Amino acid sequence: MTNPIVLDVNNLAVSFQTFEGDVKAVRGVSFQLKKGETLAIVGESGSGKSVSTKAINRLLPVKNTLIESGEILFEGKDLLQLSEKDMQKVRGNDIAMIFQDPMTSLNPTMKVGKQIAEPLIAHIGLSKEKAKARAIELMDLVGIRNPNEAYKRYPHQFSGGMRQRVMIAIALACEPKILIADEPTTALDVTIQAQILDLMNKLKKELDTSIIFITHDLGVVAQMADRVAVMYAGQIVEVGTADEIFYNPMHPYTWGLLASMPTLEVGKKQLYTIPGSPPNLLHPVKGDAFAPRNDYALGIDFVEEPDLFQVTETHYAKTWLLHPDAPSVIPPEEVRRRKEKYQTVRMGKACGERIGGGAIGSGG
Amino acid sequence: MVQHVGDKQAEALFHLVDAVERATVLGNTTEQLANDGDSYVKTVAKRFMKNKLAVISLVVFVLLLLTAVFADSLSPHPRDASVGMFQAAPYDNFLLGTDDIGRDVLTRLIHGTQVSMIVGFGSVLIYVIIGTTLGLVSGYFGGIVDSLIMRLTEASMSFPFFMVILTLVSLLGSGIWVVTAVLGILSWPPLCRLVRGQVLTIKEQDFVLAAVATGYSTPAILVKHILPNVLSPILVNATFGIATAILTEASLSFLGVGVKKPRPSWGNILSEAQSLRVLTSEPWRWVPAGILIFIAVLAINFIGEGLREAIEGERKS
Repeated sequence: MTNPIVLDVNNLAVSFQTFEGDVKAVRGVSFQLKKGETLAIVGESGSGKSVSTKAINRLLPVKNTLIESGEILFEGKDLLQLSEKDMQKVRGNDIAMIFQDPMTSLNPTMKVGKQIAEPLIAHIGLSKEKAKARAIELMDLVGIRNPNEAYKRYPHQFSGGMRQRVMIAIALACEPKILIADEPTTALDVTIQAQILDLMNKLKKELDTSIIFITHDLGVVAQMADRVAVMYAGQIVEVGTADEIFYNPMHPYTWGLLASMPTLEVGKKQLYTIPGSPPNLLHPVKGDAFAPRNDYALGIDFVEEPDLFQVTETHYAKTWLLHPDAPSVIPPEEVRRRKEKYQTVRMGKACGERIGGGAIGSGG
Repeated sequence: MVQHVGDKQAEALFHLVDAVERATVLGNTTEQLANDGDSYVKTVAKRFMKNKLAVISLVVFVLLLLTAVFADSLSPHPRDASVGMFQAAPYDNFLLGTDDIGRDVLTRLIHGTQVSMIVGFGSVLIYVIIGTTLGLVSGYFGGIVDSLIMRLTEASMSFPFFMVILTLVSLLGSGIWVVTAVLGILSWPPLCRLVRGQVLTIKEQDFVLAAVATGYSTPAILVKHILPNVLSPILVNATFGIATAILTEASLSFLGVGVKKPRPSWGNILSEAQSLRVLTSEPWRWVPAGILIFIAVLAINFIGEGLREAIEGERKS
């Protein structure tokens, strides 16, 4: 992974001003995105994953959003400092987005083909005819049958899966360097979901686009991601390659997430859930935000925020358990099973075998 | 044995029901596919065509419109010339009789249609442009701009409408263009509010955010993404607006401050009925004008109602 870095987010902090007070939705998030890689950001609702990515494209409501600190470097420019006009040139052109619900994300009064052609005219300056030809090509590329006919159709004449394909065509029209996909398959049923993920993987390889993939579905992560960042209460608590997160997780929150994933094994055991609920970010968080829900919490977790400890060159986790003085704890059974697999496979890594994929692709 | 036969019958019945069900489902899907082929406008048009009253009204209205456009060639006599007997009941080729100075009433009614249509369409065009623009801007940008426009709207709405028109017309002089302009400039506030309300809900929808994320400029978002989605309520409002404008013009002309004589309008033809003699013994001079106003306004209102139903039907399904 010696690819150049295309996006560098540093210490981003975002708060929303509400009548009750400031909600600190994102509290110091840093991550980097390399060319051609897929970074998955996972976490519960309200963990700040959508907010941090919307901040990249500056899509948060201007009225009550406060970017408290941080910088988002893209091609040497800090996106947070750009004028709205310059930002319009970045959006859709360099950084495109796919949204969660394809049923509501298309303009119901504009022909589908035109919605794909418009950004081509605006950003690349194609003529109307060329934009139309290119739009038809793109529709073909994303697997819309009979694109010539489909160009003239309106969104309500398409199914959900087809609309998401249209969304992908719009997003990829200008061959953006970064594609932000905000839970693009959540609103689709499982078979369509698989098709859309396959399509995104295929297009990513063809266009060499970097993808930030936001989801709370670990099964989808396993299928898509090169690297994974786990977010909790507005912070990244663990980040590493997909293998590291799935087979050698270090943070108790990641343990909880993995343990609460349904498996294909038939058993009488009840599915594990993490007890409690995330903290209200309206109030300042003391110590580790996850401590109250954490079976493995140490005394210090309630007092002081943990540092980000390095596990490997690519793997970091924000937990005191990694401190040299911390007592050693035994992770839950599911995680131990995964770690064993990680050890055995790492020994046989000489064969170049990748351990992600099928075995854990069962979540949903 | 009996039991067995019963079973078989039940089974056969079950198969039959199954087949019928399947056929219905298939039928439905094919129909749905056919419907799926229509654009929004076509769907609304189809629904509108099912409303008989609205379609008849549309035909009537189109006839009136054609009468207005071809007024000169349709008129049997010159508009303002004294061509017949004075105050005569219908005779010869004066199908609706003549007025007090021998002008043909039918000819004057035909030209009155022209006046009504000019005032109706003209003033609606003016107020739709003002109201839509202000409503779009106010709803989309919010903040101070919104407050300013809304205060302006409230101020305009709190003027006594008729008094202002009377004052303005007496200041600027009466005449068809003055009436059109004044009606247009004074009628925008309700539409502005309507558009603003629609924009407030539409701008929160995902596709607007998606458009921002695709890099559309703000004017492009307003014109290409938001405006088309508020067009249907604007259209319905404008339709009713034409009826209101025609009525207001007729009232003004009736009061003698609208369209200036000798140019005929339905209103100033009707104003001749202010004389008791005309009212009681010369009905041909005012009844047709009254009927025309009634028919025109009724037709437009039915069209508006039909449009509203056709458009709202879309939302329900």
